[in-house]
Amino acid sequence: MPNLDAAFSALSDPTRRAILARLALGEATVMELAKPFEMSQPAVSRHLKVLESAGLIVRRAEGTRRPCRLARPGIATIDAWLDRLRGALETNYDRLDVVLAEAAHETKSETNSENGGTNR
Amino acid sequence: MSRTEDAVMSKLTLKTEGETHIVVTRRFAAKPESVYRAHTDPALLQRWLLGPEGWTMPVCISEARPGGKIRYEWTHEKRGSFYLTGEYLELEPYRRIVHVERMHLPDPTPDNTVETRFEADGDGTLMTIRMMLPDAETRRQMLSTGMEHGMEASYVRLEGLL
Repeated sequence: MPNLDAAFSALSDPTRRAILARLALGEATVMELAKPFEMSQPAVSRHLKVLESAGLIVRRAEGTRRPCRLARPGIATIDAWLDRLRGALETNYDRLDVVLAEAAHETKSETNSENGGTNR
Repeated sequence: MSRTEDAVMSKLTLKTEGETHIVVTRRFAAKPESVYRAHTDPALLQRWLLGPEGWTMPVCISEARPGGKIRYEWTHEKRGSFYLTGEYLELEPYRRIVHVERMHLPDPTPDNTVETRFEADGDGTLMTIRMMLPDAETRRQMLSTGMEHGMEASYVRLEGLL
């Protein structure tokens, strides 16, 4: 079970988020990851270590290469948590839409009855 | 307005700003006055600030003046109750609210300062909420209660990222 705190801590860094975005496109080696970020390979390796221990990526050995890819369970845990938060916000605001629509309707009928009064 | 445009208009956005802030935006088909009132009038708050289905807010104190108290109590038939306390710091009627809040689970979470802005946007309102990220312990507590209400939000917009 991936650790949620470690995962969010890992995600608090923009470079690591960018690395994850790159890995969302497919597997990549340290060298391939280092290139677009203009970072040294050791620096990228340090970020990868953080992501790996947070359960967000996995690495496999392929000769001397150790390509990385997203770890689905870790990503899914975060997704589920964010979805719940987003869901709670959306539920609230959808409810607020209804409250606002009802308030607008009440105001309208009040105005109408006032107008009716003047016309009489 | 078509159904599709309507859905786009009311879509919630959620993103980080720097390392410590989170920004949520949402559009409403009502004037800033109405949306502002819905965020300060206790009778209105009790109708929508309820989180997931099944929760109600039997107690709602909202003294909308600088220094005024906030207390929301939520309850759920099966999942028990908890409450939130806070204070209003700044109010610019119909435009901006700054308040501080903390959840009691029952131990209080760290204070969270929240700025809410309401801007006219055509016939409606664009609301922007800016808040501090909860720390790891707060997130753990929120997760363990399984209850997240409207003012607590998240971190990174993974939707676009992954």
